[in-house]
Amino acid sequence: MAAVKRTLAVDLAGLGMVTPLMIAAGCSGTGRELSRLVDLRKVGAVVSRTITVQARKGTPTPRVAEARSSIVWDTGLQNPGLDAFIAEELPRLARHAAPVIVSIGGSTLEEYVRCSSALHGRAEVAALEVYLGLPDVELDRPVLGAHPDRLGEVVGAVARMATVPVFAKLPAGPEAGELAAVAARAGASGVTATASPAAVAVDVPRLRATLGGVTGYLSGPALLPLTLRAVLDVAQTVPGFPVIASGGVTTGDDAVACLLAGATAVQVGTATLVDASAPVEVAKGVARYIKAKNLASPGDLTGRLRVPAAYAPPGADA
Amino acid sequence: MKRARAEILSTRRVGEFHTLTLVAPEIAERARPGQFLSVAMPPGREFILRRHLAIHQASRRGGWAGTLEFVVSPSGPGTSWLGQLRAHEFLDVIGPLGTAFAYPKRLTNCLLVAEGRGAATMYFLAQELLTRHKRVDMVIGGTSMDGLFKAIEAKRLSQTVALVTADGSLGERGSVIDALPDAIERTSTEVLYASAPAATLRRIAEVCRERRIPAQVAVEERMACGVGLCQTCVVPVAREDGSGYDHLRACAEGPIFNPATIMWDRWLSEAPTMLPTPPGGIPAVRDWTGEGERPWQR
Repeated sequence: MAAVKRTLAVDLAGLGMVTPLMIAAGCSGTGRELSRLVDLRKVGAVVSRTITVQARKGTPTPRVAEARSSIVWDTGLQNPGLDAFIAEELPRLARHAAPVIVSIGGSTLEEYVRCSSALHGRAEVAALEVYLGLPDVELDRPVLGAHPDRLGEVVGAVARMATVPVFAKLPAGPEAGELAAVAARAGASGVTATASPAAVAVDVPRLRATLGGVTGYLSGPALLPLTLRAVLDVAQTVPGFPVIASGGVTTGDDAVACLLAGATAVQVGTATLVDASAPVEVAKGVARYIKAKNLASPGDLTGRLRVPAAYAPPGADA
Repeated sequence: MKRARAEILSTRRVGEFHTLTLVAPEIAERARPGQFLSVAMPPGREFILRRHLAIHQASRRGGWAGTLEFVVSPSGPGTSWLGQLRAHEFLDVIGPLGTAFAYPKRLTNCLLVAEGRGAATMYFLAQELLTRHKRVDMVIGGTSMDGLFKAIEAKRLSQTVALVTADGSLGERGSVIDALPDAIERTSTEVLYASAPAATLRRIAEVCRERRIPAQVAVEERMACGVGLCQTCVVPVAREDGSGYDHLRACAEGPIFNPATIMWDRWLSEAPTMLPTPPGGIPAVRDWTGEGERPWQR
């Protein structure tokens, strides 16, 4: 039998990555820190922290609390604002080999349009990830992207203007498949499944919320089954539409599970905070699996989860 | 910053603290007072974040060359796990992290103030100040005799020491704040260093401001990554040009800050005990009878 030429490289909607592993939004610092902690030539891509038009100070501290196999956190999207990000952080992030995916967020349609137009045509930007978890100021809703029409409107506006791939980061919840279908129709290149679910940590002895901003989001290994479900739902609802798994991936097997469920790429967030070389170590685990199964690339795993023929995705007619 | 798989050379119980000595030459030779270590937790357990601990001792020369010491007070699952470790086990350690204390060029009279495990940092600082021919005095506090870290070390390193415990079991009864004015006058303090919980640091900062004493403090704020990636351990610090403040990371721009620049009111405002009102509010009840308290109507 001829030797299989193996690679870890994947093509994510036109974005070439050396491995399917990328560093999730909010875990990449200010562009100065990562290169001292991990060999970025071996990381598929780096997602920036979420950038908004105006600088954000973020929430009061404490901003993180440990829970079982997870953390509850909220930084309030602390960021220097669009202009300062483009002037200072983006060049630093892009100095290294890993492609940079810029995460953009907003509370109005105009803010998303301003972010995407300011980033338009910049060589440092390999792709955009549209964070949809801020409150919707115009429609007075707590989570902008939780409503399909609004998600379609915002993602469509960004995608029409962009010359790079655009990924919609889906809010956590049971509607991942439906929202992904909307994002696909709106012109997104793929989706990230999913953002962290909303959470609270309570400091019982002191009768208060542990976090300074009271509410937060859950991240860490505990999330993996939720991520797998969301990835599977998207893959079943919109077959062939690229999915980036995000939430709870810590080991090579975790990443393989995400690929099998239908992901093309996999983000590592909390595990990167614990060990910045996690994206490289997880990729090694994927490589071992591919070799053991005598496959050629991670793409051979995508969507290979064996599902009974009678299985129908949620929302489909029985 | 270096990462090492460091062997534990020895562990020791000191009152309610545990000290761990590690073999980590690359970290030890770079470590300066005020900096900290990031220690990984064991894999496969439900507590996942690294623990961040101030460096108590780093030996570059002599029989202990290449060793590092840090101090743990067991309070949660991670620190309890660290507290039960024994010699010859290995830890995944990153360090030294964060900024270090700066030393005065001309001023000589240094007062070092610490509460609880904050004393670990101060003894390391005292040694460095003494090699620079500074006068070192200390105010060291703790909850009790067991909660006051290494009183003998304090006496060995300084000209005069004020020991204070909350229960009066060692030294004077009270807090380091009670002992501070007297210590400052007695020693003609020119520079003050402090390491303590934030509420204590704030009161130390007020004393320093009243008496116009330059100071540096090591802050404690909850960290997730410890290496500057996650923006969780921030402290509000006023900008030099007076145009507002920035949330600076205790792990990267800190943990050493000038207390005169910290926005204490903003930093230490307590988290509200109640959750925010949901969109649309909660309907008010108008027809209650009786004269009892109606907290829901406040």
